[in-house]
Amino acid sequence: MTRIRKLLPEAVLYAVLAVCALAVLYPVLYTFATALLTPAEASEYPPRLFPRSFYLQNFIDVFGLVPIAAFIGNTFLVSGVVMIGQLVTSSMAAYAFARMNFKGKNLLFALFMATMMIPWEVTIIPNYLTVRAWGWLDSYQGLIVPFLAASFGTFLLRQFFMQLPAELFEAARMDGCGHVRYFVSHVIPLSRPALGTLAVYSFLNMWNAYLWPLLVTNSDKMRTVQIGVSMLQFQETTSWNLVFAGITLVILPSLLLLALGLKQLVRGMTVGALKG
Amino acid sequence: MDGLEKSLSLPRDPVRARAVRLRRTGTLSGLKWRENVLAYAFLGPSLLLFAIFFFYPMLKTVYLSLHTTDPTGRVAGYVGWDNFSYLFRNPQFLQGLKVTALFALLTVPTGIALALVLAALTNGKTRGIKLFQFAFSLPVVLSVGSASVIWMFLYHPTLGTLNYFLSLLHIAPVSWLVDPKWALVSVSIMTVWMNLGFQYIVLSSGLRGIPDEIYESARIDGAGPLRLFGRILLPLLSPTLFFLAVVSVIGSFQSFGQINILTRGGPMNSTNVLVYSIYQEAFVNFRFGSGSAQALVLFAIIFILTLVQFAWLEKKVHYQ
Repeated sequence: MTRIRKLLPEAVLYAVLAVCALAVLYPVLYTFATALLTPAEASEYPPRLFPRSFYLQNFIDVFGLVPIAAFIGNTFLVSGVVMIGQLVTSSMAAYAFARMNFKGKNLLFALFMATMMIPWEVTIIPNYLTVRAWGWLDSYQGLIVPFLAASFGTFLLRQFFMQLPAELFEAARMDGCGHVRYFVSHVIPLSRPALGTLAVYSFLNMWNAYLWPLLVTNSDKMRTVQIGVSMLQFQETTSWNLVFAGITLVILPSLLLLALGLKQLVRGMTVGALKG
Repeated sequence: MDGLEKSLSLPRDPVRARAVRLRRTGTLSGLKWRENVLAYAFLGPSLLLFAIFFFYPMLKTVYLSLHTTDPTGRVAGYVGWDNFSYLFRNPQFLQGLKVTALFALLTVPTGIALALVLAALTNGKTRGIKLFQFAFSLPVVLSVGSASVIWMFLYHPTLGTLNYFLSLLHIAPVSWLVDPKWALVSVSIMTVWMNLGFQYIVLSSGLRGIPDEIYESARIDGAGPLRLFGRILLPLLSPTLFFLAVVSVIGSFQSFGQINILTRGGPMNSTNVLVYSIYQEAFVNFRFGSGSAQALVLFAIIFILTLVQFAWLEKKVHYQ
């Protein structure tokens, strides 16, 4: 009896959680299931919720529908370069703010922080005009260069660099280690967790970007995945299984990244939340 | 003594002493100067990029908002405040502001409440809880592009599974995205789902930051789960909730992708939120001046809302 009384609330909790999880996961599960339907199954009504077999042909056919390989390749390239760029620029700026004394430090730091407060959409019209004036529309530069610096990344890394023990810095100075060497051979290796957080964060942000790629690309050759995937919806004539096979291909890298880097991502997202 | 002084080579005559002092201060200010140069070299790349892609555009937006442009973006003439006064006389823009506010009201409180309940339920160390944590965090990696397309199909009036499920429950089908009464609600449901992952992650890390002893002592004092939640967890979580409220309100005012994919502002402008309207004005109608004015209105609204939240909400926040 006591055993049942102890187990019952737990069973209720699990039941509630299972229903909630099913509801949250449903759109993704539905995507996977539909991606595996045969064309005949996809046109059935009432809609089939589960495939009868593993029909993988969709994943091959979708490449003929839209150049999805090019979309994925473009986005990997753009997100990768932006990630590396943000790691370099942010860690350098963060080091200057954390460990160096220079004129105008407070003012510049305030300016950096201001860029976090102002919504990026406010600058989008002039940025579009700039990129167009430089002839960078529909090019990798246009997609990449505006995002190579990040005030969020600078702030995140500065907080981390400040936590490194001051004694380490003093000791390195005593040994005649200058800023550049201290930065490259001590700060960077010690900051791998924070750099990892920023890497995951900036990669995902770029992978998922929508408005900017929509504005600056117009040929299929330069499109990124998010624009590509929204092109799928307009292929009204094609069957749903192909569309969902495309979506599956697009969301798989992000899902893998979540499975591998959830901890890093959580740390990155909560850096602002937990400092209070 | 003499030997020691000699071995330390202390300067003995005043002239040499001054020379040494001069050289020392010289090198000191030289060091300072070198550090300044080095610091600016470290900051250089970021500063240059921010100057080109942030500070200059900010000023340019203000400049453009006071002018009209031709469709290529060249300034055609100075119009003063006309762009702004036109906006506030334009019923469509005012309707857009209302839609934007309604959208924030529909998405932010519901999303945070849902995420809070899920975070509280998965806060324990029961077996298998990690799986649920993964499930509830999952929407965080789905971009607005893919999420919108998935929901587009779920909302399909005849073939979508949402209406199919409703028919199983003998409920008449809803024309989700094409009915002006339902379109904003539909987009909001999708947005709540999409933001759930982020809000859940933030809230559960907030809950994890509350020390176990607090739960223990509350239980010893005989507090039930609801009292524990309302009287102890909520106040302790209030800094996190505050942060999340500010960030979510800002995020909801910046929504664009789901509107562009799901409804294109329609039907009958019922989902025409502010950023979509900026996009239309600047990049479909090529009126960069009036588009810039709208962008500044967006900035002003977000700025004021953030200030208000800091002034009003932060008083209720309990910092440990």
